[in-house]
Amino acid sequence: MAEGEWQPKIIAIICNWCSYAGADLAGSARTQYPPDIRAIRVMCTGRVDPLFIMKAFADGADGVLVSGCHFGDCHYIAGNFKCAKRMFLLKSVLKDLGIDDKRLRMTFVSASEGAKWAMVMEDVVKTVKELGPSPINQLKQ
Amino acid sequence: MAEEKKQPRIGVFVCHCGTNIAGTIDVEAVKEYAATLPNVIVADDYQYMCSTPGQAKIIDAIKDHDLTGIVVAACTPRLHEPTFRTATKEGGLNPFRFEMANIRDQNSWVHMHDPEGATAKAKDAIRIAAAKASLLEDLYPKSVPVEHAAMVVGAGVGGIQAALDLANAGIKTYLVEKNPTVGGRMSQLDKTFPTLDCSQCILTPKMVDVGRHPNIELHTYTEVEEVDGYIGNFDITLRKKARGVMSQDEAAAKGIVGGGCNGCGDCAAACPVIKPNPFEFGMAPRKAIYIYHPQVVPLVYTIDFDACVKCGLCVEACGEKKAIDLEMTDTFETVKVGTVILSTGYDMFEIEKKREWGYKQFDNVITSLEFERLICASGPTGGHLIRPSDGETPMKVAFVLCAGSRDNTGVGKPYCSRFCCMYSLKHAHQLMEKIPGCQPYIFYMDIRSFGKMYEEFYYRIQNEGAKFIRGRVANVLEDAETKNLHVYAEDTLLGRPVDLEVDMVVLAAAIQPTENIDPVRKMFGVSCSQDGWMLEAHPKLNPCGTTTAGVFLAGVCQGPKDIPDTVAQAEGAASAASIPIHTGKVELEPYFAQCLEEKCAGCGMCISQCPYSALSLVEKDGRQVMHVTEAKCKGCGTCGGFCPGGAIYMQHFTTPQIVAQIDAFLLGGEE
Repeated sequence: MAEGEWQPKIIAIICNWCSYAGADLAGSARTQYPPDIRAIRVMCTGRVDPLFIMKAFADGADGVLVSGCHFGDCHYIAGNFKCAKRMFLLKSVLKDLGIDDKRLRMTFVSASEGAKWAMVMEDVVKTVKELGPSPINQLKQ
Repeated sequence: MAEEKKQPRIGVFVCHCGTNIAGTIDVEAVKEYAATLPNVIVADDYQYMCSTPGQAKIIDAIKDHDLTGIVVAACTPRLHEPTFRTATKEGGLNPFRFEMANIRDQNSWVHMHDPEGATAKAKDAIRIAAAKASLLEDLYPKSVPVEHAAMVVGAGVGGIQAALDLANAGIKTYLVEKNPTVGGRMSQLDKTFPTLDCSQCILTPKMVDVGRHPNIELHTYTEVEEVDGYIGNFDITLRKKARGVMSQDEAAAKGIVGGGCNGCGDCAAACPVIKPNPFEFGMAPRKAIYIYHPQVVPLVYTIDFDACVKCGLCVEACGEKKAIDLEMTDTFETVKVGTVILSTGYDMFEIEKKREWGYKQFDNVITSLEFERLICASGPTGGHLIRPSDGETPMKVAFVLCAGSRDNTGVGKPYCSRFCCMYSLKHAHQLMEKIPGCQPYIFYMDIRSFGKMYEEFYYRIQNEGAKFIRGRVANVLEDAETKNLHVYAEDTLLGRPVDLEVDMVVLAAAIQPTENIDPVRKMFGVSCSQDGWMLEAHPKLNPCGTTTAGVFLAGVCQGPKDIPDTVAQAEGAASAASIPIHTGKVELEPYFAQCLEEKCAGCGMCISQCPYSALSLVEKDGRQVMHVTEAKCKGCGTCGGFCPGGAIYMQHFTTPQIVAQIDAFLLGGEE
């Protein structure tokens, strides 16, 4: 990374069965992507409480990714669907709070989609870099 | 939950994984950084943490430093979490006080060209893991009994083999097949390569065995309707489709003495409705009441109610046996099993989508499976290969390999269907054997003769006189007058175009997962690869398992396989499926939801979130609180992600643990 270049802080909460496995597959295939995202593993995206994401933004996250199984493929029947509904609602709340809703992303990456995981990583980093530092971080300065 | 808390003491162990990690990440710097983290008492590194000396480091450190939590920064928990949990336990700590930081699969391997970025990411990953490890608690897996029964879905050769193995191991086995008979694709084949055994001759004894094995309960013309439960205790509801005909057992159960279908066929003789037989790809007729072929198991006729006009002539012909019930409806039955094997097989790719080869446009272009039926002694022509256009014997036949396989145009399939090379060689042999003077031409990209005695078989067919032309066929066109076909290709060995006139073209079409398999796959919680094949738990180390505990795979449903490989995997799956049954109990990871009753308002909104009906409201101290039925809870945490009062405590993924991870990343870094 270039000296002095701003590095975004992006957190990903990903499900054990699809996206985490897909991210591992990207690894076995040595598919390269930028290292700016830190992952937290949960068993299902259904576990993702919107407050976790609010907390992340309050802590200064520049972007948050939630990634689970494709609809119909959830290891727990429909946890991903329930999460997606919450994320949809949360996006409108974020907007009202002055946080660009593009900073929150939900994606669906299966255990066999290593290449897609790398693409998601590229795209999320690019999007957040274009948006620049979170307004919460600007307040802190 | 309410255990006495002592100040966390964490040990961090960084793995080099040879150069897999250490080649990219500065392990020394990461280790030194880890030692500075809150609660971290000891930080160490080692070449291979998963090795015996690596694990010994963990065991010794727990004892030497009175640790309360362990972090190993290495590969992925999906590979080595069980390994390090065992080491943690051997050190005297509860195994759930272990947390893994993934610095290989999701770091060094994917950031190979950015050592600085990868090292920074590894430090963060360990900081996040240590934060969680500081809050981990003792958890105890729940041990549940395993039902002494198994189910096999799909009764092709794989399903048959798996069912026989389970049954011979003394396990009650339900064998479920959607078609009216067992046998699957293999029963449609004529000969098998490279031994040229007659397919039905080696399959029929096995079909008969499953039909009368005392430990096998055979459910043909039956589909899986609903799946409930978990490893050891699956409740599976079967839909027994209305067959219109009772077996002798069913008739006896209804008190019809000496009744039920004995396979005499009088009904079919009387039936006035004639339809194409799908088993023969429409090349032979069948009645509305039918059996596919003489070797069906069970030998019970079936009514195709879509075709039946309910004239009642079959009922009359059946007479005193009273086997036929034209008003029969689907029935449902729920069975309890400990483990399940899926063996749902394959279909042929709709090769007519590849317009350039003229299937379904030109009469004399057929698929390999149609060829199998035409050359089979029990097939529609009694084993006489004829041209569909005029009934003549073909003397020049072209085989088009990779028809839709290894095809990246988006119309076909990108993968190799794996057995087409070999059966096409077999077809060439059969032609030369049955029709003296007949010349087979094999258009190929590569010949993949991958198995035992397969390469030798390839040379044999070459020596017998089959002509091989390397090049993918571009186009097949018909001579409208003679109905002969022109095969256009490039011979890539000679580097010149080919225009070959033949009597018949056989397309070795790609294969694809069985139609409508997705609902079944999803009911069992099994993922699929991008091509739709069911996904094994690990391609090398767990090729029969799935990510759903207690559900295993056998045969082509997992990916293209020939008969020996299918049978071998079926035996593997049967072995894997029998282990929990013989052990008698399994341990479930204790990721259960718990209710923090002091926070619960008894609103009951969590109940609708739970996919497993594990939650309910109960009265306690005069108010309603949520109650978790642990045996039903699978630990997804969907309730915990939703509860507006924060009253749900998701073991091992608690809100404080997740928030600590978020905080550790965003607030705890080096500034």
